[in-house]
Amino acid sequence: MTTLDIIQVLLFIALLIGLTPVLGKYMYKVFTGEKHIMLPVFGWLEKLIYKFVRVNPDNETNWKSYTFGLLLFNMVGFLFVFLIQLFQAQLPLNPSNLANVSWHSAFNTAVSFMTNTNWQGYGGEITLSYFVQMIGLAVQNFVSAATGIAVIIAVLRGISRKNTDKLGNFWSDLTRSTLYILLPLSILFAVVLVGQGVVQNFNSYETVQTLQGGEQVLPMGPAASQIAIKQLGTNGGGFFNTNSAHPFENPTPFSNFLEMFAILIISASLTYTYGKMVGSTRQGWTIFSVMMMLFVTGLTISLYSEYSTNPVFGHLSSMEGKETRFGITNSVIWSTSTTAASNGSVNAMHDSLSPLAGMMAIINIMLGEIIFGGVGAGLYGMFVFVILTVFIAGLMVGRTPEYMGKKVGAFEVQMAIIANLSTSFVILIFTAWAAVSSYGLTSLNNAGPHGFSEILYAFSSAAGNNGSAFAGLNANTLFYNLTLGIGMLIGRFGVIIPVLAIAGSLAGKNITPNSAGTFRTDTWLFAGLLIAVILIVGGLTYFPALSLGPIIEHLLMNSGITF
Amino acid sequence: MSTRQINSLFNKKILLQATKDSFTKLNPVILIKNPVIFMVGIGSVLTTIAVISGIFSGNFSGFNLQIAIWLWFTVLFANFSEAIAEGRGKAQADSLRKSRIQTMARRLVGDREETIAAPELRKGDVVICDAGDVIPSDGEVVEGIASVDESAITGESAPVIRESGGDRSAVTGGTKVISDRILIKITSEPGDNFIDRMIALVEGAKRQKTPNEIALSILLAGLSIIFLLAVVTLPAFFGYSLSASGLPLSQNLTIPVLIALLVCLIPTTIGGLLSAIGISGMDRLLQRNIIATSGKAIEAAGDVDVLLLDKTGTITLGNRMATNFFPADGVSESDLAHAAQLSSLSDETPEGRSIVILAKEKFDFRGKDIHQKNAVFIPFTAQSKMSGVNLTDAKGIVHQIRKGSSEAIRSFILNGNGFFPKKMEEKVSELARMGATPLVVAEDNKILGIIQLKDIVKGGIKQRFAQLRSMGIRTVMITGDNALTAAAIAAEAGVDDFMAEATPEDKLRRIRLEQANGHLVGMIGDGTNDAPALAQADIGIAMNSGTQAAREAGNMVDLDSNPTKLIEVVEVGKQLLMTRGALTTFSIANDVAKYFAIIPAIAVSLYAGKDGIGPLSALNVMNLGSPESAILSAVIFNALIIILLVPLALKGVPYRPVSANTALIRNLVIYGFGGIIAPFVGIKIIDLTINLFT
Repeated sequence: MTTLDIIQVLLFIALLIGLTPVLGKYMYKVFTGEKHIMLPVFGWLEKLIYKFVRVNPDNETNWKSYTFGLLLFNMVGFLFVFLIQLFQAQLPLNPSNLANVSWHSAFNTAVSFMTNTNWQGYGGEITLSYFVQMIGLAVQNFVSAATGIAVIIAVLRGISRKNTDKLGNFWSDLTRSTLYILLPLSILFAVVLVGQGVVQNFNSYETVQTLQGGEQVLPMGPAASQIAIKQLGTNGGGFFNTNSAHPFENPTPFSNFLEMFAILIISASLTYTYGKMVGSTRQGWTIFSVMMMLFVTGLTISLYSEYSTNPVFGHLSSMEGKETRFGITNSVIWSTSTTAASNGSVNAMHDSLSPLAGMMAIINIMLGEIIFGGVGAGLYGMFVFVILTVFIAGLMVGRTPEYMGKKVGAFEVQMAIIANLSTSFVILIFTAWAAVSSYGLTSLNNAGPHGFSEILYAFSSAAGNNGSAFAGLNANTLFYNLTLGIGMLIGRFGVIIPVLAIAGSLAGKNITPNSAGTFRTDTWLFAGLLIAVILIVGGLTYFPALSLGPIIEHLLMNSGITF
Repeated sequence: MSTRQINSLFNKKILLQATKDSFTKLNPVILIKNPVIFMVGIGSVLTTIAVISGIFSGNFSGFNLQIAIWLWFTVLFANFSEAIAEGRGKAQADSLRKSRIQTMARRLVGDREETIAAPELRKGDVVICDAGDVIPSDGEVVEGIASVDESAITGESAPVIRESGGDRSAVTGGTKVISDRILIKITSEPGDNFIDRMIALVEGAKRQKTPNEIALSILLAGLSIIFLLAVVTLPAFFGYSLSASGLPLSQNLTIPVLIALLVCLIPTTIGGLLSAIGISGMDRLLQRNIIATSGKAIEAAGDVDVLLLDKTGTITLGNRMATNFFPADGVSESDLAHAAQLSSLSDETPEGRSIVILAKEKFDFRGKDIHQKNAVFIPFTAQSKMSGVNLTDAKGIVHQIRKGSSEAIRSFILNGNGFFPKKMEEKVSELARMGATPLVVAEDNKILGIIQLKDIVKGGIKQRFAQLRSMGIRTVMITGDNALTAAAIAAEAGVDDFMAEATPEDKLRRIRLEQANGHLVGMIGDGTNDAPALAQADIGIAMNSGTQAAREAGNMVDLDSNPTKLIEVVEVGKQLLMTRGALTTFSIANDVAKYFAIIPAIAVSLYAGKDGIGPLSALNVMNLGSPESAILSAVIFNALIIILLVPLALKGVPYRPVSANTALIRNLVIYGFGGIIAPFVGIKIIDLTINLFT
């Protein structure tokens, strides 16, 4: 690593810490109805939307109605994206005359974008029309991210309110997230990206002569606008198949830095919003520091592993599968950010990462996408671990465990367990199924433990709503489209529903005032405990699987065997 | 059976019974109440089947047999821990119950009296008890007054007064009337009095899980399911790896090995000890002579963060004591003390005695010196509110020395044409304002001075309250005194807050207010008018000496009627919750080492080179002897740790009154960090032992 690399890593982290309170405070204002700078710009639009869909934003509902609204909205979104893919040949904005998509691929893609996963079993530029990309996918990029934000805001209301069943109004939270947070940031970001050279047009693909005299088709399209939201909304679904390794998606080192930064900024800032909403920014920073410590640990191990001498080839750091324009450090920051944050966009092939860096990528996903995580999703996923930690360790102070003055009882524990079980169920059961069935194994491009890692990665990615892939796996098959699709659904709603249930239950409780007998959740001690619980629960669940994949591969590589 | 014997872990009778019970508890219907241990039970059966079918198919595996045996031991050890806790609780309860088995009751039917066995009494029956009779069941005195020996349940030998009406009307079955005759209305159905209820809580059948226990069981069941997922998917992952290593699928993991892994991972330690912890919590209360009517109450005690404490008896000694003499002008303090002592010799009230003692302490006067003189003692009566002595001096003049309330002395003086000096008047009201009780001493028609009587704050109570404060518990003193008096005592005792001139309605209102602000309130009370507050409080402890109404309203009864017990109850509650949390943390932390024992053992052949040792052997950080001994050591450790922790589960983790943060750090270091380290050491030792014999 050069000094410049180190400076870049530090700059990245410093900027994240610096901007978290700024954006976090702004989001707090958006959801508490305080005056903020975007109100004069989009305030009229918000009112118009409420009028149009006949919603009274002040009409708050209990957790069940909130959840119902959320599910209904997502279902409609899914059906819409599903259907327009099936009939894209008959629909406008299809200059390259792409054919209709197969039903299972359409199912997978529709689920994938609705759940903020953006797993892509297809190649973007050779499969989907501009219409589908813009009206279907880009819209879902916004609203799936907005859904995540809405959930965590509802959770925060559940924590901070008392003796009520009201969690807020889903439609209003959704509208505000989109209008005041995602849209302005995306517009700003898209303009910057266009300035850096990202394409933004409706042209049909161009054919050019290469230097060698051959012909190459250059895909075009409205890329900048989609890339902005795919990064900010932790969606990750690239406009082009090679995602942000493609020069039209990610032309310069500066665009690369910004795109990496955009992955984490909203999720990170939400921790500050968290602190503001529960009335103690220390609480928010505690969670932020837990996320940051896990992030830095993953990043360090990955960088160490990538910069170590490869014992097989005998030279430093393998560039295979990485974009030469960005180099190793930028590939590793990206791979860590994108897996930590459930984004899933890539600027290098994760398949080509060294075994340990690849394992860190899987672990980031397996831990539940809580290291910053998806917008909203990361924080409510972390909230599940907070509940578990409070329950396990809280008893040790000799009181019924409580979080922010709310007693954590059987119901909360049950829901936290269900949320936790959802993802481990998908990862373990579906990986096992794929590992023993011919339809699972025929898609593999690599043998041995690496092939196993590819399957494990795919289902972890689906369950964690990440969307990145180890790419050695041909996932556009009936089996993978369906299992991954179902995995994404369970991984998304198997967490959202229990989390909202916990929020509803907490809202109804009274708040015990703090005293010396209170189990503190805003200390380094708690941060350490939370990390321990995350690592132990995650580690114990996946250790056997990991040991038969990346760990064994790493050990074999050290003795000179690769796959 | 003495308490000490009961508490001994090595009480033979209890151990024997517990061993028997460990087997009867194998009944699946009973076992399923504990999902984690039930899972181990299923595993044991499956492994046993594997062993037996191995015998029949001619490839008997001694390894499988050993796994099966240790899995059965795991279940038995868990059962044993529960059984021994029940046994100790029962023994404790039995010693309470012993006295009440064969009592005959004299039931009153109309004017007639009939003799029936105590268990046949119904609620509402009226029975007669004369001196010497054992009270047949819990009830309320409806007529008469009697002194009752309650030593059978409290261990306190001094008899107590029970009378109809008022706050001393409740009597407990099994206690003995030692004087007079009372009519008692029975207030409980047979088998439903306090002790019966407590016994039912300790015994398995009727025991209900407390809210916290339920939540913890869910967590443990959830973790078990997660580990079940990890284990059932392992053969698939393993099969893939075998094919990739070019090994036959027949080498895939066997059922006993998978079950061994599962049992090691699921939280069997806390799962096995959970009910023992709960029962022993109740047992610890019982040892303090407190009967809880539900397990939930004990848990809630740990959560209480506001304590309402009655001043008298809890914060101050029951009686006021003389602390100072204030002589009138022209009188020396020693003369005053002398007169005060003389006038109090016939006052047998504690206040009177305290005056005698004070004079003795200050001036070394001895009461008996005056017996030579011609003295006629005037005892204290409620009517006169005075006590004193008439001394005849050498000249034959009678001196009347009196001590009493300022009103009584005033009229005594005025009768003798004396006057009450203004300075003394002022002192009287000043003392009254400060919360003290002034008693005035006079000789004939002259005021000698004032004795100050004060509430004496119990020794050590201030430190106790400071401890409570450091634990985050606020104390509120309740008193009928005026605000000034209350404030003075509150400051001296170091309570956080006080309620002066508190009526029962005030108490109730205060409890509701605290609860609305999110606090959990504990209080102790005895009177009928305390009943609503006792019912409203999260922890209401009724004194056994109190009324039946109070005892019904509270969720605990203190047999010793000692108000300080409230603090102990809180400590028992906290200790109970801490023990659960500590063992849960320990149990989960243990898993790390078990993975490092088992995963390298089962994966030894995968991707192996020519030496037959695969790369995952690098994870064998404990350097265990062989794959078989590694798995077996983990299983044996897992079983033994349950039995080793039984004493801790029964005694509870060491409890100290410290802040939440201090307690957390302490417990984390011992049970969290220790929980990670201990199995590494334990498994290594077991492995060494096994390999010594093979």
